[in-house]
Amino acid sequence: MNPRPSYAIGTGLFILLGFAALAYLATQTTSVANGIASGNSYTLKARFQNIGQLKARAPVKIAGVRIGDVQSIQLEPQRMDALVTMSIDKQYNDIPDDSSAAIFTSGLLGDQYVGLEPGGSPTFLKDGDELVLTQSAMSIENLIGKFLVNGGPKSGSSDSTPASSAPPPSGKP
Amino acid sequence: MNANLRRNWLLQGIVSLGECGLFFVAVLGALPKSLRYWRETCRQVWFVGAMSLVIVMTCGLFVGMVLALQLYYTLSIFGGTAALGTVVALSLFRELGPVVTALLVAGRAGTAVTAEIGLMRATDQLDAMGMMAVDPLAYVASPRFLAGVIAMPLLACVFNAMGIFGGHLVGVTWLGLDNGTFWGNMTSTVSLQRDIIDGLYKSIVFGGVVSLIAVFQGYTAPPTSEGVAYSTTRTVVFSSIVILAFDFVMTAFMT
Repeated sequence: MNPRPSYAIGTGLFILLGFAALAYLATQTTSVANGIASGNSYTLKARFQNIGQLKARAPVKIAGVRIGDVQSIQLEPQRMDALVTMSIDKQYNDIPDDSSAAIFTSGLLGDQYVGLEPGGSPTFLKDGDELVLTQSAMSIENLIGKFLVNGGPKSGSSDSTPASSAPPPSGKP
Repeated sequence: MNANLRRNWLLQGIVSLGECGLFFVAVLGALPKSLRYWRETCRQVWFVGAMSLVIVMTCGLFVGMVLALQLYYTLSIFGGTAALGTVVALSLFRELGPVVTALLVAGRAGTAVTAEIGLMRATDQLDAMGMMAVDPLAYVASPRFLAGVIAMPLLACVFNAMGIFGGHLVGVTWLGLDNGTFWGNMTSTVSLQRDIIDGLYKSIVFGGVVSLIAVFQGYTAPPTSEGVAYSTTRTVVFSSIVILAFDFVMTAFMT
């Protein structure tokens, strides 16, 4: 029959591009994206009593330097604690196996991240290992609650000393 | 005299609104018949969609970039720059993507459609089609209407993707926000159903509205060069007003 019109290929490419953009938006910018693992990394696990506001894809840091991110967060049904799976960049493969993990907040109200505190062991963590020493997220509600229970009456009895209104010494770990 | 003129104006507005509604029904009625002319529809999708890609992609990039820049400044006052990705994505998907794309398409393609049909009317091409037993509604109006409905959501998706890219460019590459924070907060907040699909509904409606107004204005344009010029202007004016009004109504219903 007559030759294919030249605009047909343009139309087809445009429709393909549109659907490609839709697929990109749907998979990369929504919660669908959290399931996809990255390539050049290894995974570590850590259990926390309470992860606070930690989210998947939050950064993992040592000494403030980003070394990876949180891959997934699941509840362990038997132990009722949160299992946090982290993917760490391959180049940081010499983390001592007695390192500890804690959940910190960047800034007073910023987003939360996992901070690793390196230990002194000569052996290193491997792919799939678990960090045994963990510390939960510090919740401001709990701190306020403790302050109200412990600090409240004390500051009421000795109102003149301003130092007594300081929160209990569980501030920075 | 003045009151008379004003009443005339009002009456004119109501009359053309009614005509537009009847025209919409006629176009819908001609849709099944226009499937026979699917090549024409395909050519219109190419014209409305593919030819608008350059302007939509450029504008999407810059809208995303300026959004990230402005919101970074505002959010940094509250120490909430970590939410930049979320805010850029939500404002693009829910609001700016559909609306700005519709305004751009109204300016870029709607005017062309109006002028084309208006000149067809002025040079009696539409009547000639009727003489040849080709229904001009099915051959001229419906394919253009359908093409707008098809092309607009796809263009909005492209706009959104470019906007996210622009926001990432400014937020992460330029202002030094953490890449994982940017994407992580975005992916944990943006929902496929509530944000992306609702935005697509909006742009489907806008596509229908813009192309209906463009086709209607062309179809009813006075057959003079001045008439076609006025109709083209009215296409942009009415499209912009209706897009923004519909946007408010649809947002109020969806949230």
